[in-house]
Amino acid sequence: MDNMTHISAKHKWFDLHLRETLQYRDLIFLFVKRNFTAQYKQTILGPLWAIIQPLLTTVVFTIVFGNLAGLTTADITGEYMIPAFLFYMIGNVCWNYFATTLNATSNVFIVNRGTMGKVYYPRLVAPIATALSGLISFGIQFVMFVAFWLFYLIKGGTSIRVSLWLLMVPLLILQMIVLAVGFGIIISSVTTKYRDLAMLVSFGLELWRYGCPIAYGLQLVPHKYLGLYLVNPVTPIITTFRYAMFGFGFFHIGYYLMSWGVSIAVFMIGLILFSRIERTFMDTI
Amino acid sequence: MSDTMMKVSHISKQYRLGQIGGTTLRDELQRWSAKWHHKEDPTKKIGAREYANNEVFLALDDVSFDVEKGERVGIIGHNGAGKSTLLKLISRITAPTKGDIWLNGRVASMLEVGTGFHGELTGRENIYMNGAILGMKKREIDEKMEDIIDFSECRQFIDTPVKRYSSGMYVKLAFAVAAHLDAEIMIMDEVLAVGDMAFQKKCLDKMNEVSREEGRTILYVSHNMNTIRQLCNRCIVLNQGKVVFDGKEEDGINTYLGLGGISDREIDLSSAQRNKEYLNGIKLTSVKNLNDSGWSIRTGEKLRFEIRAEASQSFDVMSFRSRLTNIDGHSISVFVAPDLFSCKANETITIPLEADTSQLVPGRYCLTPALYQYDRLGTTLFYDHINRIITFEVRDDGSFNQGIPWVQKYWGDIRLPELVDLRK
Repeated sequence: MDNMTHISAKHKWFDLHLRETLQYRDLIFLFVKRNFTAQYKQTILGPLWAIIQPLLTTVVFTIVFGNLAGLTTADITGEYMIPAFLFYMIGNVCWNYFATTLNATSNVFIVNRGTMGKVYYPRLVAPIATALSGLISFGIQFVMFVAFWLFYLIKGGTSIRVSLWLLMVPLLILQMIVLAVGFGIIISSVTTKYRDLAMLVSFGLELWRYGCPIAYGLQLVPHKYLGLYLVNPVTPIITTFRYAMFGFGFFHIGYYLMSWGVSIAVFMIGLILFSRIERTFMDTI
Repeated sequence: MSDTMMKVSHISKQYRLGQIGGTTLRDELQRWSAKWHHKEDPTKKIGAREYANNEVFLALDDVSFDVEKGERVGIIGHNGAGKSTLLKLISRITAPTKGDIWLNGRVASMLEVGTGFHGELTGRENIYMNGAILGMKKREIDEKMEDIIDFSECRQFIDTPVKRYSSGMYVKLAFAVAAHLDAEIMIMDEVLAVGDMAFQKKCLDKMNEVSREEGRTILYVSHNMNTIRQLCNRCIVLNQGKVVFDGKEEDGINTYLGLGGISDREIDLSSAQRNKEYLNGIKLTSVKNLNDSGWSIRTGEKLRFEIRAEASQSFDVMSFRSRLTNIDGHSISVFVAPDLFSCKANETITIPLEADTSQLVPGRYCLTPALYQYDRLGTTLFYDHINRIITFEVRDDGSFNQGIPWVQKYWGDIRLPELVDLRK
């Protein structure tokens, strides 16, 4: 019979119920809506909070790292001028999305055990909804960035160029999602049994941030360590994002493709682990 | 085959004994290292039994059954019999260790009401949320929205966040969504045990209606035999993970009630399991029935038994009491014997007692014997307490209530003395 559901003790190696997950798209949409509504209920400023946080961070970065510490905001050597404010803002907005999504997906089993312990729905719905919820805040923040970017562009006097590299932006956002969700679901699968990793996540992300060129330009990294530094899969995403927005900067096709390779590998490992754990995680969580 | 909605074939679910879940990586590493050095597990609770690696517990053991379209199956069994595990497997919350299950159609599992409800969302938003979690599409929910709101009796508050609802309204709203699901197979775990009587009845009627008219299949777990009688037309009795009965609901209920068989005439209490550690000094060692027919008495007869206790220290005053519960575990009353005896150290005390059970309605009951004292502040100090160790039966010899059936559900477990006509 075609609509028979078969529940078996045997586990298929890579069974993700993708078709079924697609049937639950209304649920994904409702989860996203719930996350968003619940986040800003009983706040006066509402979604404005999504803007305030990266805006203030950027201001602080501009003062502390830009003015006080005087760190360079240059990715490549040359005579050009990019407002430090824009430089810090795009880094923060991207990192924010990456870190929030990774952090939230690393908790999906624990946060949703209330519903998952009582009802079956394709478990993949939860991380997908989490990644999409984050995308709303990212969208708002990105619009804010674009507003400042347009302001500087029209005002003139900077080296910002509009180029075809802008077309890279959707691809870069996709890569952030893949990488963040990949790491997130690996951690979520492991934390169903060992809670240690959950402790490490927020702390580890804080450290990781300083391993990415967000508070400083790539020029600051000593040349002999640059190869090692670029192994970090987030770095090429951020430098390429800046390249796309500013029209020039650092781009190395090799490291960029390697970053994609790592993203996809992490994502695949995450999916395999996830599909193994989702069947019985309720017994150990 | 086309009418078989569910086929459960040789499923088992195995849990490992001992503490495995919720450990930290550090505990696990310590355990591995200890094992490597042949030392005792440092993370083990002191005094806990050591479980061998292969020691497992079968929550379900080779369970098989088929369910046809339109059947309303009640699943009953004592706590730990495997009922909830079975529902969890069928509703795909966790996977079986062995065996297969085939389901023909959509499954709506209601292991609790209001899954996915969020306090900040309004009643209407939660209907969408809950419906979607239970597998409905937005379009289907739109179509049924008005019916759901009517059924929930919450129309006035439907656009208020549910955190401001009373718990009764919350449950009504949640059940209203579940009752309007279009699933071919509905799985329910005692969700009807909530809400007021009138709403419970409304839910049962609704379930009956959808099953009869639309041929829906229902799987229902409950400890409440009356709702099983009202809703189900078939019963599966589980005991220790195995199916011990599968057939007519009334026979199933009798099988289930028979599982808690009446006690032997003399019950050894010295090794009986206590729920926790009580004060030292005196322990009950046995209870022996003194009626002619053992722990099975006629209505109107008084229960006679003899308790035996061993004291290791002297007591000026010791009291005895015994809680009386019905087979569903609900308390009925307590037999008390305050200041029953005093004793010296190393003395064995034997006391025959008579309990007036003449007002009990025919059925099975449990007793919980306990030894206690009150301290100066009036706090009860328990020396011994053995939960529901004695099961006895009150038989109807035909004369009870002049032969008129007693509706235990509404009238209770006790027939009080008849009213006195003051004219006489």
